[in-house]
Amino acid sequence: MIRLNNVVASYKTERGVVNAVDGVSLEIPDGCIVGIAGESGCGKSTLMKVIYGDIGFPLALASGSVDYGFSDDSGKPVTSRNIQKEWFKRISYVPQSSMSSLNPVIRIRKQFLDFQDQTGNKAQILEQVKSYVKKLGLPEESIDSYPHQLSGGMRQRIMIAMATFFQPEIILADEPTTALDVVVQKSILLLLMDLQEQMGNTIILVSHDMGVHYQVTDKMLIMYAAKAVEYGDSEEIFQRPLHPYTRLLINSLPTIGDDRAREGIPGRPPSLWNKLQGCRFADRCPLATDRCRNEEPEFVEYRPGHFAACHYADSEANLSEVS
Amino acid sequence: MATILKTENLNKVYRLGSFTSNRQVQALNNINLNIESDQPVIISVVGESGSGKTTLAKTLLRLVEPTSGHATVYDQLVAGKGVKVGKTQFLATVQPIFQNPFEAFSRYRQVDSYLFETATRVAGHSKDAANAALETALSAVGLEYKDVHGKYPNQFSGGELQRVSIARALIPQPKLIVADEPVSMIDASRRMIIINLFLKLKQEAKRSFLYITHDLATAYYISDYIAVMNKGTVVEFGDARTVMSNPQHDYTKLLLDSIPTTKKKWDRKPVIAPDVAGELVRGGPGTPAKK
Repeated sequence: MIRLNNVVASYKTERGVVNAVDGVSLEIPDGCIVGIAGESGCGKSTLMKVIYGDIGFPLALASGSVDYGFSDDSGKPVTSRNIQKEWFKRISYVPQSSMSSLNPVIRIRKQFLDFQDQTGNKAQILEQVKSYVKKLGLPEESIDSYPHQLSGGMRQRIMIAMATFFQPEIILADEPTTALDVVVQKSILLLLMDLQEQMGNTIILVSHDMGVHYQVTDKMLIMYAAKAVEYGDSEEIFQRPLHPYTRLLINSLPTIGDDRAREGIPGRPPSLWNKLQGCRFADRCPLATDRCRNEEPEFVEYRPGHFAACHYADSEANLSEVS
Repeated sequence: MATILKTENLNKVYRLGSFTSNRQVQALNNINLNIESDQPVIISVVGESGSGKTTLAKTLLRLVEPTSGHATVYDQLVAGKGVKVGKTQFLATVQPIFQNPFEAFSRYRQVDSYLFETATRVAGHSKDAANAALETALSAVGLEYKDVHGKYPNQFSGGELQRVSIARALIPQPKLIVADEPVSMIDASRRMIIINLFLKLKQEAKRSFLYITHDLATAYYISDYIAVMNKGTVVEFGDARTVMSNPQHDYTKLLLDSIPTTKKKWDRKPVIAPDVAGELVRGGPGTPAKK
């Protein structure tokens, strides 16, 4: 189980310090796919960086911690301080842009061998890599090519192959299919789901596409303006969301075969530079009252395993069915 | 009935490489579309990247010269050999909206100067009339002049700036607005605001749109007609509801089947062999096996 304890992550800038993730507490059970959704700037990528332990200037972990639920070789529990030693072996990362993550002037084969310790036999490992990429639906020769010789979908498969080769317990995927076409996107997502089923690891997937979350994830976290606003089983979140933001977000999606009018959510999230008070969604929320504007809602478990931060999460007005 | 958009054997071939290694890419392959209607319509062109949909848009916007063939908008020849309309008249017929509003406007210029110049140069208004035209166009997209006056692009959110660029396109009262992926840079929660604005402009301002997108759900939501493109050809064209509910071409079916909807889960057939990780050891080669 991965446990986030009141994580506050801040960026140091010339204007001062801004909290991009502001007090997120979460428990992620082992062996499931967790989706993180929210609009740009809500802190979802920063949260991923914190979980990956990629914390360096200007990003800092201002308070809180991450427990990964496993120990390192010397028996010490792994936290955000020493997770870096486990990169690729027990936690790995699939970035959005494969083109800027692979070195353009080095063959894939060499980049594959790059991340492993010098202990193994290179030829033997190369054989394993070959048979592994073949199983992921790539030709064996693809590892002999340079990144630009492969298509976007193939490169993303290579990234996934690299990220899963050591069967890490945790895989973080930050918008892994955003740059791809729908047909390729589907094949990549199905591949990730298959791998997860076989390896039984935990995948944390960031996407702005609610459709992707519905198809792929078991649990979901909705973020808004640096806060976690809802967390629970994806099925529940899509059918009976507790937070008005989640409900508006789902209701704004047009569906093929459904001719009903859809509305976007007017307004925009508050600037994190301002002094924020009350619920951060209050300005855009149709249910907002004075209480929302003054008193910050707590992140509370309203139903078993289903958390939300809203004063009116269990009120009648908010519980109408999602269409 | 007015012919809103007509293309006849529209072809575009891009030549790549030097003259030693010459490669040709047929970006548009005999595109024949004919849309006639008394009412303004929204036509969607959907397809994956590389399908030629942006080349089609660029051809209609005269940013790309077709290799052969013609395109007419409201019976006015706009692309191909023998085009007579001048630039000003053309821009008063067809106007563009681009994908990224932050690239469409220079960051060193106040955005209202773009609106003002469109009104005076393209629409031919005098200074006073230009201001009135600005007000009308901005109110059509739900903004006021004071919202944009003296502001630079970085002072807007993506959605707001895209609305400004739509207002700019409306000023010369074009018959057709070509919108190339206008919402792909805009956050999901505000995307529908722009999409609904297109619908409203079609109904109230009587503008026709050519909506270029890879998002089939929004295309279904707003269009009257849909053209599905693949590798430079239009593989399926027709009434939007008919095409999407009863696709005929295999490629359209594949596209529809690949959309991650929130209504029905994908059929899961294993895509990899069940023993894919068979020989691999958790923790990786070279490290002791862990449970």
